[in-house]
Amino acid sequence: MKFLRQFAARIVGQSIRVFARAITAVRADWQGIEPVPRQRVYFANHTSNGDMPMIWSVLPPAMRRTVRPVAAADYWLKNKLRAFVGPEVFNCVLVDRRPEVQDKPMDKIIAALDEGSSLIIFPEGNRNMTDDLLLPFKAGLFNMGVARPQVDLVPTWVANLTAIMPKGEIIPLPLICTVTFGEPIHVQQGESKDDFLKRASDALAALAPEDRK
Amino acid sequence: MNSTTEDILLLTLGSFGILIAMTFVGEVLRAREEPGFNNPMLDTYMTRVQSWWGMVAFIGLALLLGRFGVMTLFAFASFAALREFLTLTAKARADHLSLALAFFAVLPLQYVFIGFGWDGLYAIFIPVYAFLLLPIVSALRGNANRFLMRVAETQWALMISVFCVSHVPALMNLDFYGNGDRSLLLVAFLVMVVQLGDLLEYFFGRRIGKTRIAPGLSPKTWEGLGCGVISAMLIGALLSWITPFGVAGAMGMAGVASLVGMFGSLVVAAIKRDRGVKDWSHLIPGQGGFVDQLDSVIFAAPIFYHLTKFFYA
Repeated sequence: MKFLRQFAARIVGQSIRVFARAITAVRADWQGIEPVPRQRVYFANHTSNGDMPMIWSVLPPAMRRTVRPVAAADYWLKNKLRAFVGPEVFNCVLVDRRPEVQDKPMDKIIAALDEGSSLIIFPEGNRNMTDDLLLPFKAGLFNMGVARPQVDLVPTWVANLTAIMPKGEIIPLPLICTVTFGEPIHVQQGESKDDFLKRASDALAALAPEDRK
Repeated sequence: MNSTTEDILLLTLGSFGILIAMTFVGEVLRAREEPGFNNPMLDTYMTRVQSWWGMVAFIGLALLLGRFGVMTLFAFASFAALREFLTLTAKARADHLSLALAFFAVLPLQYVFIGFGWDGLYAIFIPVYAFLLLPIVSALRGNANRFLMRVAETQWALMISVFCVSHVPALMNLDFYGNGDRSLLLVAFLVMVVQLGDLLEYFFGRRIGKTRIAPGLSPKTWEGLGCGVISAMLIGALLSWITPFGVAGAMGMAGVASLVGMFGSLVVAAIKRDRGVKDWSHLIPGQGGFVDQLDSVIFAAPIFYHLTKFFYA
């Protein structure tokens, strides 16, 4: 039974990848890093529920196997299908955002880093529905950088998904999506939280296409 | 095996012959390089030749499958071209539905009309119906910001990527004094004279080109263009046996198609320059996107279609 579930998860994962490629011709632009298996935290802009599957789809197989997206438990445990896709296909680290739950999300994230996994996180915390390039970053990225300073923090820009699948629309538009990976950053000695988050946000914004800046 | 199929096989094998020669030349040049030295020009050349292998195989296979194969191939090319074009055009959330209609209604319908051979309809469907109806869909969402720019660029995308591209398979609908499926060969004729003309234009432009046609846009030169068009006419003459044009007619048609195509790629270069991109996408290794590869065929197709219809059908 476990084997069957794993097999089904692989099939679903491949289908998502093929679908993403066929519709948006999604491709990776490795500007600041090489596509090699190193432990990294990919921190990306968040405009659509398609962001995470896009990043996941452009990673080469060896990297895809070791990457774990950090995602909201309330979204991915809503129904049985999502509870299969989130934890089993994407191997998500699920964190609970509700304030009344003592979930300690950072402990789960650090535990995932300590098993050697790479992570995909969206430091804006929520989907960006504004015309601004990015929302202010939450502290999580800083805390990871302080707790595990050897891990590369890689800015990752997902282009065009606002036009492909805006919130509230049902039909996705088949426009070309590019995922750009920038140069890794680290928390520097004595750097304050706000300074670091500003620097991280600037590094990510620098990857946005010209017409968005 | 009927004579059309035989001719298609012959053309495909002939193209493979040219490609074998081109691959051979590249490999010889590579073998003569000093070890450890990398010539980027040669790498580009070899990547392009590899992409050409794929393209000849696809077009040859489509032609052998007949009407349905050619329709499917160009419908897919339209989809890829429209995707590249609309990725770069002005749009807002208010256009979401009209853009979805462009992809999932206008494009398939255009090919359905061509499949049924309704030439009165496919000639006006995009220039009239899509032109009038899609802006209405956009306007209903009530966003006036850059409205004219948005609807005009969407219409341009449809005209170039769907209307013009679809006139290549539309050639199969032309009937010459009951010659059956021989109009299939017109597709091969158009694609070959235009693409080989482009290739030779590039080659001669590199060799003897001096006077730039539009210095701000592209490295194309008048010398290269002249040699390219003359080469296309000679190739047209060589291929006249697959057309109803006769030798002189085939030279004339090839020359017009090639000339329009070359100026067309200048137009496409202007759009790219304006949007600050080098290529439309990355889907064809060494060539860029579908629009980069097809730009000259796109411009030549409707004119070639109407001239053929007017003079020969």
